[in-house]
Amino acid sequence: MYIVHHRKLFFWITGIILAAALGAIFVWGLPLGIDFTGGSLMQVNYPNGRPALSVVEKQVATIPSLGASSIRASGADAVSIRTRTLLPAEHDAILAALSKNASTTELAYTSVGPALGSQFTHKALWALFAVVLVIVLYIAFAFRKVSRPVPSWGYGLTVVAMLAIDLIVPAGFYAALCHFTGVQVDSLFIVALLALLGYCVNDVIVIFDRIREHLAKNEKTGLKEEFEVTIGKSINETMTRSINTALTVALALLALIFLGAPATRDFALVMLVGIVIGTFSSIARSAPLLIPIAKWFNK
Amino acid sequence: MTRFRVFALIALAGGILLAYFVWTTQADPTSAYRFKLGLDLAGGTELVYKADMSQTPPNERAGALSALQGVIERRVNLFGVAEPLVQTEQANALTGTTEDRLIVDLPGVTNIKAAVAALGQTPTLEFKLATTTTVGTTTQVTYIPTGLTGRYLASAALQFGSGATAGLAAPQVLLNFNSAGAALFEKITSQHVGQTLAIFLDGQPISEPVIQEAIPGGQATITGNFTATAARDLVRNLNFGALPVPITLESSSSVGPTLGAAAIKAGVGAGIIGFAIVALFMIAWYRLPGLIAAVALAEYLAFMLAVIKVIPVTLTASGIAGLIISVGMAVDANVLIFERTKEELREGKGPREAVHIGFARAWTAIRDGHLTMLISGVILFWLGTSIVQGFALVFVLGVLASFVSAVSLSRVFLLAIVPEQKSGIWRFLLASGISHF
Repeated sequence: MYIVHHRKLFFWITGIILAAALGAIFVWGLPLGIDFTGGSLMQVNYPNGRPALSVVEKQVATIPSLGASSIRASGADAVSIRTRTLLPAEHDAILAALSKNASTTELAYTSVGPALGSQFTHKALWALFAVVLVIVLYIAFAFRKVSRPVPSWGYGLTVVAMLAIDLIVPAGFYAALCHFTGVQVDSLFIVALLALLGYCVNDVIVIFDRIREHLAKNEKTGLKEEFEVTIGKSINETMTRSINTALTVALALLALIFLGAPATRDFALVMLVGIVIGTFSSIARSAPLLIPIAKWFNK
Repeated sequence: MTRFRVFALIALAGGILLAYFVWTTQADPTSAYRFKLGLDLAGGTELVYKADMSQTPPNERAGALSALQGVIERRVNLFGVAEPLVQTEQANALTGTTEDRLIVDLPGVTNIKAAVAALGQTPTLEFKLATTTTVGTTTQVTYIPTGLTGRYLASAALQFGSGATAGLAAPQVLLNFNSAGAALFEKITSQHVGQTLAIFLDGQPISEPVIQEAIPGGQATITGNFTATAARDLVRNLNFGALPVPITLESSSSVGPTLGAAAIKAGVGAGIIGFAIVALFMIAWYRLPGLIAAVALAEYLAFMLAVIKVIPVTLTASGIAGLIISVGMAVDANVLIFERTKEELREGKGPREAVHIGFARAWTAIRDGHLTMLISGVILFWLGTSIVQGFALVFVLGVLASFVSAVSLSRVFLLAIVPEQKSGIWRFLLASGISHF
């Protein structure tokens, strides 16, 4: 019952975390990578040690009409160079310029046309929107038999409100990560958000399912129970499960962070933050949020 | 109970067979069931071309796109790549404009420039008029473009002319133009009788027939000193050699073999360690049911990997992420069931009854959770771009498999083992966490 009684406190904690995340997003911004904006990204390794970045910058600057480029260190001996969308000949020219004084191997090269980039943004946003919409509809349907004291679509809306925060917080974390390490938003980040969406919905459905079960049982036995009590009971009964599940997934993600490929490290970090916040919000926020909604409907 | 034990043994044997299948097909380098690795893991080049359909009538676009695919496939094969993949994609109407794309995957190729040179130049079939100018003692032939290109060619065929002399049927190449091409061709031939109309493929003259007369009707025959083989090659080049529509390179990416190999090694290592930690945690906390869940999860993994091999699903970094999340879901279904079973045990029910009720009670939550994830996964697959689809496909498969494994495997295993009465060691084995009952 602790959480229900102190729900205001938990709403405040959520508010502060959310404000911090939004602050990070607005102050530092989410720098969009070439998957969204178009452009070229090359990763070049120097097996005999990386030269100073300023040297690399000068070499890249010798390519005519290249415009702005961003060069940063990547891993122990590699650099990654981001430019506008390159023609194959320009790509070769840069590689040749880099190899002038040192031996290099190109680890990876990606080039995305601007049109393709903007289409990816469109599609990703549509996919997120469609998934959220369908989740509301499905939950409203699955909870159609329990419409008191909260209408069944109220559960759906609560889930969406929760999901919004569950996605904003890891996005805020990523904004900070981008700011301090120089990484950019890529398509794997979108995949991480989508995966979190699935995880968090499942998490909150388990608690709602328990509330649904109690409400149905109370109706059958004619037990008049405060909605607050029902919710408190449901949260307590599902808490071990929520924490244990989060713990197992977090363990798998930690393995991925410390042992996995560098390419998936940021992905796993975002997932980890999202799962911690998602578990917190399904326990401390989603079900308690139903209480003010119920009060509002029964005025 | 005997019934459940038989089922459990069958399930165990099935799991071991699946694991054996996954292992042996992977150990055998010639097996057709080895994992198909995406370019981001195996190394290679992906080229995305945009087909310029602005000159193609809408009803001919689908045909032009598949013709384009055929041409590019042939070029890729000439380039000598193992297991190349050429796909077409029609960007959907979400953005208002449709866009036709051609995606070429070249595993093992990291030299983008060579690949683009072999495929990406828009090789065209052109008809040019030859004009001879004499400067002093040297004769110079210049070719003037006529505007007639491979875009107007409907087909080419090999035929043998019914020559006046029997037995000397000369091989000829028959050209069929489409209607626009026919009009253009008629105009050119009527204005330039007696001149040479050279046919250029990729900038090289491949045949230089002389215009005998104005040719209406959109059919032309190239006669010349063809051998049968040369004529057949020419027909093939005309039919398959020229791109029906111009293409431009829209995006390209290549991953070197070292980066991909490192990613696989790290990914597999993290997967094994991650699975071991999760299994240890489950056993430590849930004891006997935890052990059963670990076995069920191992079967789940063997099943997933076998499905990925058999379909086959191309594994990418995002697909592996989908696999990890779906393992998390499978664990969750088990945790839900065990927590429910524990509650029933606390209320004093016998172990078997508690397991039965625990499964029944957990069912609604598992159903709703899995169904929402399934729906999300399907939408993502439907709307997503290739990297999102890679995630969504594995995720959907994983959710389906988790559904089956949680409600059948764990249940069968548990019911095959637990007794009716809770006594002695069973008290400890069925308890969880730090509690002793």
